[in-house]
Amino acid sequence: MNENKGAIKKMMIILSKGTIENVYAAFVLANGARMEGIESEIFFTFFGLEAVHKKKLDSLRVATVGNPAMHIPTMIGGLPGMEALATTMMKKEMEKIDMPDVPEFLEILTASGVRMWACKLAFDMFHYKEEDLYEGVEKIITVGDFYKRSEGEGVHMLFI
Amino acid sequence: MERTIAGKTIAVNEEGYMTDFSQWDEKVGEALAAEANLTLTPRHWEVLKYLQTEHKNQVALSIRRVGKSGVVDIKEFYALFPNAPLKTATKVAGIPKPASCI
Repeated sequence: MNENKGAIKKMMIILSKGTIENVYAAFVLANGARMEGIESEIFFTFFGLEAVHKKKLDSLRVATVGNPAMHIPTMIGGLPGMEALATTMMKKEMEKIDMPDVPEFLEILTASGVRMWACKLAFDMFHYKEEDLYEGVEKIITVGDFYKRSEGEGVHMLFI
Repeated sequence: MERTIAGKTIAVNEEGYMTDFSQWDEKVGEALAAEANLTLTPRHWEVLKYLQTEHKNQVALSIRRVGKSGVVDIKEFYALFPNAPLKTATKVAGIPKPASCI
């Protein structure tokens, strides 16, 4: 941490969840790094892969069950349609603060130079095909490959 | 704070952003660009003028908005102002650093 006064040079973000709030967290952090001149990469694994699955990325939802900060009682959060309703409301609020939707955000990340990778293990487990993946994802790589990419001074890793 | 840029006394904040846009001129812009290791081309100037106009109209600047401006796309913006384009370009343009996360 002492090299270059602890300056952050590169953010390696691992996105393991497919709920929209977690996907946004990863995207905002990756994009925010680029805006500061910091390199950033995202490794999509497990449910996080849905954020780069062409047919799924535009229908990600917020979790209404098991999320106390939603302030929706668990029993009600589990009712049919609640996830969709909460997601619609959240998307409206996001548009108000100039937050792009997931497809547009992916375009912004690609244009900003965020490098994106899909996890081989999760990719195989969910029986994805290469053509399922958003074009900005460069390659399907292993955990070892991702660690190799994370070598160097001032590199920070973040698990979401 | 005050400092001398291109032979003029200029008011700046602690991060080096100008605090009085009326003190900005193209010579000052060129000097600020040189400090950021940039040589300004006509494309840079188009972007800088756009940012100044947006600031004048009190538009909150973000990467997304710049990308949608029709003046420059995000990829070119990063190419013109490598490393923190919005921060660098606003500094050179003599306008405040945008408080934007996107």
